[in-house]
Amino acid sequence: MQKKSSLTADIVVIGAGTVGAAIAYGLAGRNVHVLVLDGGDDDFRAANANFGLVWVQGKGMDMPAYQQLTRDSVDLWPDFSAELTDTTAIDLQYERNGGLSICLGEAEFEQQRAMLLRLHNQLGSAEPDWEMLDRGALTKLLPKALPGPDVTGASFGRRDGHANPLRLLAALHAGILRKGGQFRGGSIVHSVQTDGRGGFTIDFGTGRASAARVVIAAGLGSKALAAQVGLDIPIRPQRGQILVTERLEPFLPLPMSGLRQTREGTVMIGATHEEAGFDTSTTSGAAAALSATAIRCIPALSEATLVRQWAALRILTPDGYPIYAQSQSHPGAFATMCHSGVTLAAAHAALLADAIAAGRLPPSLDVFHQRRFDVPKAA
Amino acid sequence: MFRKLHEPGPGALTITIDGVSVSAEPGESIAAVLLRQAEPWSRLTPVTQSKRAPYCMMGVCFDCLAEVDGVASVQTCLKPVCDGMRVVRQTGKRRIGALIA
Amino acid sequence: MAAALAARRHGLQVIVIDDQPAPGGQIWRSVEMAARRDNILGPAYVEGRAVAEAFRASGVIYQPGAQLWQVELGFRAFVSRDRQAQVIEAEAVILATGAQERPVPFPGWTLPGVLTVGAAQILLKNAGQIPTGPVWIAGSGPLPLLYTVQLLRAGGQVAGYLDTTPAGQWRAALPHLPGALRAWGDLVKGLGWTATLRTSKTPVIRGVIEIEALGKERIEALRYRTKDGAMATVEAKTLLVHEGVVPSLHAALSLDCTVAWHPAQDCYAPVVDRWGESSQVNLFIAGDGAGIAGAKAAQLRGELAALRVAVKLGRTSENAAALAARPIRRKLGRELAGRPFLDALFKPRPQIFAPTDETIVCRCEEITAGEIRAVAKIGQPGSNQIKAATRAGMGPCQGRQCGYTVTRILGAAQNRPPSEVGFFHIRPPLKPVTLGELASLDQSVTAAPKSEPQDRGVTVGQGQAE
Repeated sequence: MQKKSSLTADIVVIGAGTVGAAIAYGLAGRNVHVLVLDGGDDDFRAANANFGLVWVQGKGMDMPAYQQLTRDSVDLWPDFSAELTDTTAIDLQYERNGGLSICLGEAEFEQQRAMLLRLHNQLGSAEPDWEMLDRGALTKLLPKALPGPDVTGASFGRRDGHANPLRLLAALHAGILRKGGQFRGGSIVHSVQTDGRGGFTIDFGTGRASAARVVIAAGLGSKALAAQVGLDIPIRPQRGQILVTERLEPFLPLPMSGLRQTREGTVMIGATHEEAGFDTSTTSGAAAALSATAIRCIPALSEATLVRQWAALRILTPDGYPIYAQSQSHPGAFATMCHSGVTLAAAHAALLADAIAAGRLPPSLDVFHQRRFDVPKAA
Repeated sequence: MFRKLHEPGPGALTITIDGVSVSAEPGESIAAVLLRQAEPWSRLTPVTQSKRAPYCMMGVCFDCLAEVDGVASVQTCLKPVCDGMRVVRQTGKRRIGALIA
Repeated sequence: MAAALAARRHGLQVIVIDDQPAPGGQIWRSVEMAARRDNILGPAYVEGRAVAEAFRASGVIYQPGAQLWQVELGFRAFVSRDRQAQVIEAEAVILATGAQERPVPFPGWTLPGVLTVGAAQILLKNAGQIPTGPVWIAGSGPLPLLYTVQLLRAGGQVAGYLDTTPAGQWRAALPHLPGALRAWGDLVKGLGWTATLRTSKTPVIRGVIEIEALGKERIEALRYRTKDGAMATVEAKTLLVHEGVVPSLHAALSLDCTVAWHPAQDCYAPVVDRWGESSQVNLFIAGDGAGIAGAKAAQLRGELAALRVAVKLGRTSENAAALAARPIRRKLGRELAGRPFLDALFKPRPQIFAPTDETIVCRCEEITAGEIRAVAKIGQPGSNQIKAATRAGMGPCQGRQCGYTVTRILGAAQNRPPSEVGFFHIRPPLKPVTLGELASLDQSVTAAPKSEPQDRGVTVGQGQAE
C-alpha cells in the first residue's frame, strides 16, 4: 500500500493545460515555489487540441477589455516565446507575419469589414492594425495557394501569427521544472479546503498538498473545484473538431483563421463549434463540412489526404470571454479559464502570474470576474 | 533483394518506376516489383529523408508509399500492377498543385 | 469470408469491404491466382481457393481495394475506393480485420531490406518471389518456422535462423500441453517444420536477445547477441523478423469498443460475448481481430457472428441458431484449447518492449525511444500525452507500429502495468482519405449523401474476412 504523499508549496496550480501551465511557468519564474497538479491521460485536455493561432483580429466584440488584453498578450508573445526557447531549448515555431480571415462571397467581405471597423471603434486606438484585401491583393500574398472562385478577399491582421500549440505546452511544462517548479501528473484533485491557517489543503487521491494560495485552472473540471472555494463558475463545453492533412511542401505562408500550414508541412483545418455536451467523438459530417470549406478557400487542397481528425471541448463562458476570479469567501483561491489559451499564454505568464504572486487580481482584470454573469440567485 | 521463382511469362506487363520500364506479372503488387529492383526503396521520409522500402506488405506500416499514375501516397503493397502504370518514388513532402484562380 | 458465406445462407444482404485487392486476407493472400506455388505453400493454403470461389459465387457484394476510414454507430461505413467516397448503411457490422505482426523495434529496423516474416510470405504468395541471397530470419513463433520451410521448398537459402524464443520457455508451456493435444494436428505440423529446419542444416542460434540491423541505405550486416553473451556480426542483405501477431484493433478502438489486456498474449483484444458481439450493439468482431486464435478458429468465429446477426435481424430463431452453433463451438473449443500452449511457448521476450534509446519507435515520425523516455519523466503522462508531446502516433499508420511500444515504455518508466497505461485514442480516419472525397459527402453542398440502397444488410469489415 503506497503511503500518501504530502507536499507543500507556496502556490498550487490545479491543471497543467495551456492556462495552468502558463500561469505556473510565470510563477516559477518569479521565485514562487509552485506545484502543478495535472489530471489523467483520459481527461478532456483542451490543450491537446488547440489550433495554434496567436491571434488578435476579430476578437473582443462588445468587450474592449478583452480586445486590449489580447493585444497586450500578442505584443508580449515574441519575448515570451524567445524566453521559453532559451529556457527549454524547445522551438515553439512561432511566426508573426500577420494573419488572414478569408471571405467567401461578396456579403461576407462587407460583413467582415463592418465587424472589424466596429471592433476598432470600440477600442478607440489610433492606428488600425488590419486592412481588407481584395481578391487581387490576396492572390499576391499567396502565390502558391491560389484561392477558389468564391473567395472575394480577406481581412489581414498585422499583429496575428501562429505557433505550435503542443510545443508551447511541452515547453511550458519543461520550463516549470527548469525554474524550480514541481509537476505531478495523474493527480486529479478531489477537494480544496481551507486549512484554518489562511492556506489550503488540496487532496488529489494519492496524496495532498498544502499551499498558501491555489489557482484553479482545470478547464471543464474547474466548476466543481471552484464551487468548493465559493466561486460559482458558469462554464459549459463546446465541441470543436479539427482536421490535419499529410505533410505538404510549404505553400501557405500566412495562417488563416480556419486554415494554417504547420512547420512540419501538415495543414490544419478547423474548427467546428458544436453543442455536443461532453461528447468528444469525431463525426463524418464535420470532416465533410470542414473539407468542403477548405477546398472552397484553396481548391488544390482537394488532393491532400486527411491523416488525423480530433475533437475536444472548449471551455466556454456565457459571453465566450475569460473568467479571472478571486474568491472572497476563501481568500487566496483563484479561478482562471478561457478558450484562447495559446494567444493569452504570454499575458497569463506575465500579468496573471504577477497578480497571483502578489496575492490579488488588479482592478483592470475586474471586468473578467464571473459576477458579470450574475443573475439574481433563486432563493 | 527479392527475385521471382519464375518469369512473368507471356502475360507479362510493363510498368515504369521513375521512368524506367520493368516487367511485372498480372496480380502482383507494385511493392513486390519495387523489391526486385536494384533500388528497392519506395520513398524518402519527410523528417530525415531516409530511404524506406516495403516492410509489412499488408497495409499497416505505410512505408511502401509511392506515387502511382499521378496519385501520391499510394500504399503500393495493396495495389496490383496494371500495364503502363507509372510509379514514381516519393522524395519528401508532397506538392499540391496551384490552380489558376 | 466465413461470416459472409454464413450470412448469405440466411438470406442476409452482405457487403464486404476489403482493403486487399482480392479475397483471402493474409493467410490466403492471392489464393485465387495461379496454382503454381501450391506445393510450396502447403495444403492449408490451398484450402482457401475453394472458399474464395464459394465467396465469389455467394451473392455477396464484394468491394476489394476499398479503404474503410470510418464507421459511425447505427451504422454508416465510410469507404474510399478508386478515389471515390461512399457511405454504406447497414444494420449490423462484422469487423474481420484480422491481425498484424507485433511491432519489433530494434536499431536499424527501418532500413530497406528489413521486413516482417509475414511480408516475405505475402511476397511468396502474391508474387512468387523469395529473397535473392541467403536470408536471415529472426523471431519466435509458428510463422517463421512455417516460412522457413516454405522458403526451403522453393529453393531459397536461409543464412541463419535466430530463435528469439526465450530459452527454457518450453517448461512454462508444458502444463498447457494436454490442451494442445486436442489440436494435435497442428502440433504434428509444427514438429514437422522443426524437423525440416533441423535436417536442412540451417544454422540455428537459440536464445537470441538482441538484434541490430546495420547499413546506410539498406541493411548490409546484422549484429546479434544471445543470452549467454555470444555476439556476432554477419553479412546480411535481407532480414525477416517476427515476434508473434496481435489483433488489428484500430477499427474497434475508433468505435469505442471495450478492450481488455491479455497478459498471456501481451496485447489488447476487444471484449466480445460468445457470439463475437462487442460492447457496441450489433457490432461484431470475428477472427484474429477478436483475439489471436489462428485461421481455423477465425472461420468458426465468423460463422458464429453471422448466426447471431441472422437472429438479430429476424432471419432465424434463437433456438435454430443455438442448435447450429453447437458443432461450431465444439470445433472452436478444440482450436482454442491449443492456444495457451502456443502462447506460453512463444511468449515474447521482454527486450522488444524496452528498445534502446536510439531505436526509432515511431517509424512514421522517426521518434526514438529516448525521446519518449525524456517526456515520460514529466508528470505522469499517458500514451496520448506522449503523442501530443512527441508526435509519436501522429503519422499515417496512426500508432499501428508504435502504440504498444509507447505503452510499454511508459509502463516501465512509471512502474505501471500496460493494462493500466492504456493505448492511443484512435480516431478516424482509419486510413488516409482525400479532402476532396470527404467534401463530396458534405450535405450542405450535395443534395443527399451518396449511399448504397438502404436495405437491411451486413457489412463485413475490411481485411482478412476469414
